[in-house]
This record gives sequence, C-alpha cells and structure tokens, in this order.
Amino acid sequence: MQGSDYTAVREFELNIEAGEFFCLLGTSGCGKTTVLNMIAGFEPPTSGRIEIAGRVIEGPGADRGVVFQGDDSLYPWLTALGNVEFGLRMRGLPRSERLERAHRYLELVGLQGQGHKHPPELSGGMKQRIQIARVLANEPQMLLMDEPFAALDAHTRAAMQRELIKIWRATGKTVLFITHDIDEAIILATRIGVMHAGPASKLKGIIDVELSDAERDRTDDRFVAVYRQVHAMIRDEVAIAMRRSQ
Amino acid sequence: MPGSLARLIGYVIGFGSLFALWHLASVYLLNSVLFPAPGLVVAKAIELAREGTLWDNASVSLQRIGLGFCFGSLIGIPLGLAIGSFGIVRRILEPYTEFLRFIPATALITVAVIWFGIGEGSKVFLIIYTTVFIVIINTAAGVSAVAPNKIRAARSLGASRLQVFWYVAFPATVPYILTGMRLAMGNSFVTIIAAELVAANAGLGKMIWDARLYMLVDQIFVALLVLGLLGFTADRLFRWGIYAFAGRFSPVT
Repeated sequence: MQGSDYTAVREFELNIEAGEFFCLLGTSGCGKTTVLNMIAGFEPPTSGRIEIAGRVIEGPGADRGVVFQGDDSLYPWLTALGNVEFGLRMRGLPRSERLERAHRYLELVGLQGQGHKHPPELSGGMKQRIQIARVLANEPQMLLMDEPFAALDAHTRAAMQRELIKIWRATGKTVLFITHDIDEAIILATRIGVMHAGPASKLKGIIDVELSDAERDRTDDRFVAVYRQVHAMIRDEVAIAMRRSQ
Repeated sequence: MPGSLARLIGYVIGFGSLFALWHLASVYLLNSVLFPAPGLVVAKAIELAREGTLWDNASVSLQRIGLGFCFGSLIGIPLGLAIGSFGIVRRILEPYTEFLRFIPATALITVAVIWFGIGEGSKVFLIIYTTVFIVIINTAAGVSAVAPNKIRAARSLGASRLQVFWYVAFPATVPYILTGMRLAMGNSFVTIIAAELVAANAGLGKMIWDARLYMLVDQIFVALLVLGLLGFTADRLFRWGIYAFAGRFSPVT
C-alpha cells in the first residue's frame, strides 16, 4: 500500500463489523487518511485488497459515503437541499422521492427550514451537517468520516459529536471515523484502532470502548481509565511524529 | 440600503470630480481648442446624436465587438474546459495558446485586412482572436482550480465521470469563465478602435480618424467619451453577472 514512492501504510489489516462505530486514531502523517482514501476508492492500494461485504473495492461508489474535513467538497452554487439531493439526482431518482429524502435527512441533522440557503451563508457546523445529510440521503452501507469536526470550534464540535451518535443510532450505519483527538475517539467509538507513526505505518492495537452514554464524559472515571489506556498506546507514536516533523 | 447609497454617492463624487477636473484643465489651464471642455463635448455629442452619425458609428463598433466576443467565448469556453480537464488536450493545445497569446491582435490588423477585407470580416476576426485566448486560459485555470474534494464527493455519491464534468467541474468553473470574458471585453474595446483607426468604413475608430483630417477635436472627444461610457457599462454588466452567478450558478433544474 503505497503512493508514488512514499509508503504511507504497510501491512495494514483491519476488520470493521457491520453497524459498528470504528475510530481510527493516529498522529498527523501516520497514514490514516490514506487508509480512508483507499476504502473510499480514491487511491488504489499498490498491494493487498479491500473488501466491503465480500466485494473488492475498485473505485469510489455510492455504497461508501465520505464526509470530508473541510467544506470544499460542498457545491456553493447549489442550495443546502440541492447539495443533499445531489447523489440521488446523479443516480436518477424521481424528483418527488429526491425531495422527500433530502428533507427527511436535512431534518435528521437539524437543518429543517434551512434547505433554501447556499453553503456560503451557513456556519462551519451547519456545513458539516449538510455534508452528513448529503451522505446519509444516499443511504450508503458505510460512512467514511475524515476528521469531519477538526475545523470546528470546541462547543460546536461537542454538539456535533452528540448529534452524530444520535444519527448513528437512528440509522445503524457502519462508521469509520478518522481522528487525531483521543477524547473524540472515546466519546464516539465502539472500538478505537491506534496507528503507528508514519511512514510505512500499520495498526498498533485496537481498544474496545465499553462505555455507557453517561460515562462518555471527559470527567467520568471510566472515561479517564480508557483515556489512560489509549494514551499509553499512542504516547510513543506522538513522540516519534514530533521528532520527525522537526 | 446604506451600502448601495454609499456606493452611489461614491460614484457621483468620482465621476463629478473627473468631469470637474477636465473642465478646470481645459478652461483655465490650457484654454485651447485642442482640448475642449466637457460642456462643449456633450453639446457636440448631442448634435452628432441628432444627426445620427454618433449612433451609426457606435452601433457598428458595438456590433463588431458583440459578434467577435460571442464567437470568441463560444470557441474559448469548450477549448478551455477540454484543456483543463484532459492532460493530453492541454499538451497538444498549449503551444498554440502559449505562442499566439503573445502576438497581440493589434499586430494582426494588417494581416486581417489582407485576408478578410476592410469590412466586418477582419474586425470580427480580430475580436475573436483577442477574446479567445484570454477565455481559454481563464477557463482552463478554473477547471484546474476545482477542489479535488468536490470531484471525489461527487464520485462517492454515485456520479459518473461525465456527470462530474457537467454538474461539478463546469459550474465550479463559471466564475473563472466570467472573469476571462470580462478581461476579454476590455481587450475587445482596445482592439476594435485600433482596427478601425487603421482600416474601416465606419465605427468609433473611423470617426476619430475622420475627425483628425478636419481637426474636429471635439468630435474626437465625443468618440472617446462614448468609448469610456460603453466600456464602463459593459464591464459593470459583467461584474454584476459574476456577482450574481459566482455562488449561485446552477446549470440544471
């Protein structure tokens, strides 16, 4: 698994169960986005293979919806509604069904009544909600989220994390969520995969997060216990990444 | 509304001072028939407009610009889209655009007249020539400036490559296309006057050239004034278009 001559990820093996919320946690430059891009079908692996429900992935497809970090994937010439129904329009669904679904998912992400606005008129948090609604409206098997809340302020991020858990529960989708934020991973995930520092990175270990909703709080003792466990695993990798970036 | 009111006041002050300075310079500084005051020029403009010569010449020039500009854009936009989208097309066409864009249309006036005659053909050819390269370069730059995530998002939402081109790359490029056309419009005004000065039967450039023969400086100034006004109006229309469509352009439904 390598790019032109830079090997981002090597000997990477991971099984994600249907319906689980998997967080891939790693330092910057560890190749976590490369993993997501390969699953999304944007970059082919140079060796090895990726399967979803038994089928080998050969390119991008509507079965895997991608939520990007920034807002540059939205279409500013379309309204929020136009963005959300974009995939359905490309796939030739009739207009009435498109609108019905788009409105339903706009409501699910808390954007009812905002459908007529254009992305530049909306806040960062609302734009990420459009991205999520756009992906959900397409009803993919799997959601691939590449640090979708990294650019948001702390309060909006916390609100979005709560919303995302609700949406995940309501839809039962499989989620692969990329982040470098240990707190975020523990708040969201059912399992956390920690990556080695790059290059030629692979998975260092997987931690099960068995916390109730009430325990997914930074001040809770059991949360802190999981934090220690994750931190112990990623600490050395952070040190390596810091040394390399100097 | 205070924003647009401030803008209006700004315009009034700007244009007012321009004409006041012109008046002062002409009446008090130079006081020469070779530099007529704005009042005289406007009076002459009204006279020429009544005769019909002003409108005849202006409409001839505008028609040439309009025709050449439309054809130039119609040729330039698809070529720019193709150059921006496909590496092979870019490599084939880049020698043409990179070589020819440095030969100004004004340098081709004599050749154009020899090839297409003194009438409309040579003028429209020159306007097309001056338009097409700017539109191509801006359009191609616009295509390559489309955020890769816009295209990736569309692909994972189920869009085919053709749909990505038509529903994503093209609308995302529209603001760049309009910018290219706006620049080309400015160049068209330069080119048409130069072409009409050298060889033409009618037009604002021809009007300037004829006036020179009889030392009708006020008539020259009328042509200059009209040129300024027409150019300003055309540019405003374009800026408005860019403003209105940049964030809002939707090609379908």
